[in-house]
Amino acid sequence: MSKIKVLTNGIIKENPIFVLLLGMCPTLGTTSSAINGLGMGLATTFVLVCSNIAISALKNLIPDQVRIPGYIVVIATFVTVVQMCMEAFVPALYASLGLFIPLIVVNCIVLGRAEAFAAKNGIIASSFDGLGMGLGFTLALTLLGTVRELLGTGKFFGLTIMPEEYGSLIFVLAPGAFIALGFLIALVNKLRKA
Amino acid sequence: MEKLRSTLPNMLLSLTIICVSAGAILAGVNMYTSGPIALSKAAALEAAVKEVTPAFDNNPINECYKAVTSDGDSLLIYPAIKDGKPVGVAVESNTKNGFSGEIRVIVGFDTEGKIINYSVLQHAETPGLGSKMQEWFKTDKNNQSVIGRSLASGNLQVSKDGGEIDAITASTITSRAFLNAINRAYSAYKGTDSSTGATESAPEATTSSETKEGGNHE
Repeated sequence: MSKIKVLTNGIIKENPIFVLLLGMCPTLGTTSSAINGLGMGLATTFVLVCSNIAISALKNLIPDQVRIPGYIVVIATFVTVVQMCMEAFVPALYASLGLFIPLIVVNCIVLGRAEAFAAKNGIIASSFDGLGMGLGFTLALTLLGTVRELLGTGKFFGLTIMPEEYGSLIFVLAPGAFIALGFLIALVNKLRKA
Repeated sequence: MEKLRSTLPNMLLSLTIICVSAGAILAGVNMYTSGPIALSKAAALEAAVKEVTPAFDNNPINECYKAVTSDGDSLLIYPAIKDGKPVGVAVESNTKNGFSGEIRVIVGFDTEGKIINYSVLQHAETPGLGSKMQEWFKTDKNNQSVIGRSLASGNLQVSKDGGEIDAITASTITSRAFLNAINRAYSAYKGTDSSTGATESAPEATTSSETKEGGNHE
């Protein structure tokens, strides 16, 4: 498989949110606005790329029976690095995402890609896979955040598009996340088949 | 390189090495980021104090002290002093009565006990409902603003509970919690509360000149 194919695989063909339906907890929890979705997506992308590279490099050093604890420690290390860097350099974003950053550790996508791809492929291919999956995740979260923010508060990345009174509160809350996600998945399926 | 076989020494060694190097990386990152984290927290606090108090020329962060509220908790008070005279205080208050999680606010009082301004430091209220408290109680519309109100004549309450403040639409619990935080801040500022006289148990509050200043108004 060529590198480009590996990259686009994560963004379109096996998009973690719209196709694999992995990592629903941060997806539904953080996408109340587009900027939150983007921030969460980028943080996850960083962790995915780093953990894929590290696990691909270490794959022969980790015996099979203890691979899961090994992977988890590697992933948790990168997540904590992201958390500390965010708290230090983008405190505003950290304030709104704070609770969900540590949860990247248990995001199924990260461990899933470590198991399914990085443990079987070389370092370069794994980094492309991490980047592709991460970008696919970021794209999905930003899209979902944009839809929810626009329908819920009438804003687009914080810019008012229509008066807030026309927004429907449900889209900012959890049920709206499910509804918006359902419609987006339907739309993506339609486009993929076409 | 051959994949390591799952023998006990191999597994122990591999996990130990991974954990030790993870620990080392984290220690390094922590050393590198702890400075900026402390700075950004201090800057946020300073900005919040500035926002809620009149102009001052002292350093309220360095001169902060603890004061006891009527329910026995203690809150941090940042005195604002201009030309040697106290012009007001910022009180960092909190409440656990919110709809979800703790609400932390910083509220500024002038020397007469009137609310100058407030700022919500941390909350986890419902977005779009309870989260409106950051603006709602500042907006001069109907009876919803708390700015300029004095707590000297009694605690603030939402109109549903017989008070004067209009609660946030569909967020009465958050509104009650917010006013509870404000009331607690005021009771800490006043030091001695009529119901308990809690100052007796707080030596650090009585030694401060600011508390004496607060005492003058009673």
